[in-house]
Amino acid sequence: MSTHEQFADDLALYAVDALTGEDRAAMETHLAGCSACRVELEQLRGDGALLALSTLGPKPPQRARQRLLDAVAKEPRVPASVAQTETRRSWWGVLGWAATAAAIVFAASLWKENAALKQTLASANAQAMQSARELEDIRRIAAPIIEPEAQVVTVVALKAQPQPGGKAFYLRSRGSLVFLATNMPPLPPNKAYELWLIPKQGAAIAAGVFKPDANGRGTVINPPLPPGAEAKTFAITVENEAGSPVPTSPVVMIGAGE
Amino acid sequence: MVTALKAGDQSAVAQLYDRYSSVVYAVALRVLGDTGAAEDVLQEVFLQLWRNPAAFDAARGTLGSWLAVIARHRAIDFLRKRKPETDLEDVIVSVSPDLAREADRSRAAEKVRGVIGAMPPPQRSALEMAYFEGLSHSEIAGKTGEPLGTIKTRIRTGLMTLRKAFQT
Repeated sequence: MSTHEQFADDLALYAVDALTGEDRAAMETHLAGCSACRVELEQLRGDGALLALSTLGPKPPQRARQRLLDAVAKEPRVPASVAQTETRRSWWGVLGWAATAAAIVFAASLWKENAALKQTLASANAQAMQSARELEDIRRIAAPIIEPEAQVVTVVALKAQPQPGGKAFYLRSRGSLVFLATNMPPLPPNKAYELWLIPKQGAAIAAGVFKPDANGRGTVINPPLPPGAEAKTFAITVENEAGSPVPTSPVVMIGAGE
Repeated sequence: MVTALKAGDQSAVAQLYDRYSSVVYAVALRVLGDTGAAEDVLQEVFLQLWRNPAAFDAARGTLGSWLAVIARHRAIDFLRKRKPETDLEDVIVSVSPDLAREADRSRAAEKVRGVIGAMPPPQRSALEMAYFEGLSHSEIAGKTGEPLGTIKTRIRTGLMTLRKAFQT
């Protein structure tokens, strides 16, 4: 056995969750830095699994199978692309949907982080708490967008025609971008709007293309972006629908950051 | 089958249920001693697998063993009326025998029961109290009136005995 002999008994207890208190904390600290004991822990859990597998008992009742399948049918797996699911017509709908999309993007980022954090237990605990705080912050900030009872009013000049507009929500640290456009004029066939991230220095970075729907709405969700790109602002041009690596037409909309 | 599950194939759940529900239910029932509660754990274990099939890593153990261990964790959580303490992805189980087939599982289970039956009763009892009743080593020591060190050694020796039986 390659495990440290002085930890052998406690490791066996830990494997069957019978180690508590300070002993458990000490073992977790040791495990974080000892790969040999982590391997032995897996083995011990496997030995314990043999106990579980040896249990005898009656078959589960027949109804349990249908109960499970009914529950599964109510939770179809969500396809990876969520870009085609939005059908509502108001700003409210766009915002609600976008908030959901942003939450998914954010949750995916957290999940990736957590996978990496499991490398060391000690730092994982600290960072998980940090992630939880961040998530709580995001929830608090996004509450006026997410909560159904929130009142949403768009204010425009009297007798004014609706103007094209867009909002970019960019989280540089995670490379996550959600862009929502409204009242966009229709485009000729084979053309699309292209969003550009304008960095503080250097050339514009392509940040996704979109075609407005019948109501003039368009969205870009999490386009591929170079890591850490710092945005001075965002702009929109009209390009071929496949998108262009560099802007080839005049800017039709531009923002200044908020 | 797990690949189909990851792709969102609902029929894969039914097939995995048909293959592994008996062991998951048996473990839950052994821990809880209550058919209704065991059925709830059975439901939860398979729903968790459906929601997050990636939590099971086929490179590091067999699905049957993993489900049995998850069932045991969840049943003990249920028994102690506590929130799940173990992240599914943290549960890594290395089991050498391939127990995907019912017949293999039956043979292995029979062998394990033979090994457990041959253990000295105090050792078997300590191991089962820890594994199926979710008792800590100090709780077991309190119940049996034996020193902590003795309980620790009994549990470890019991696990090692099981391991050796499958290494030959």
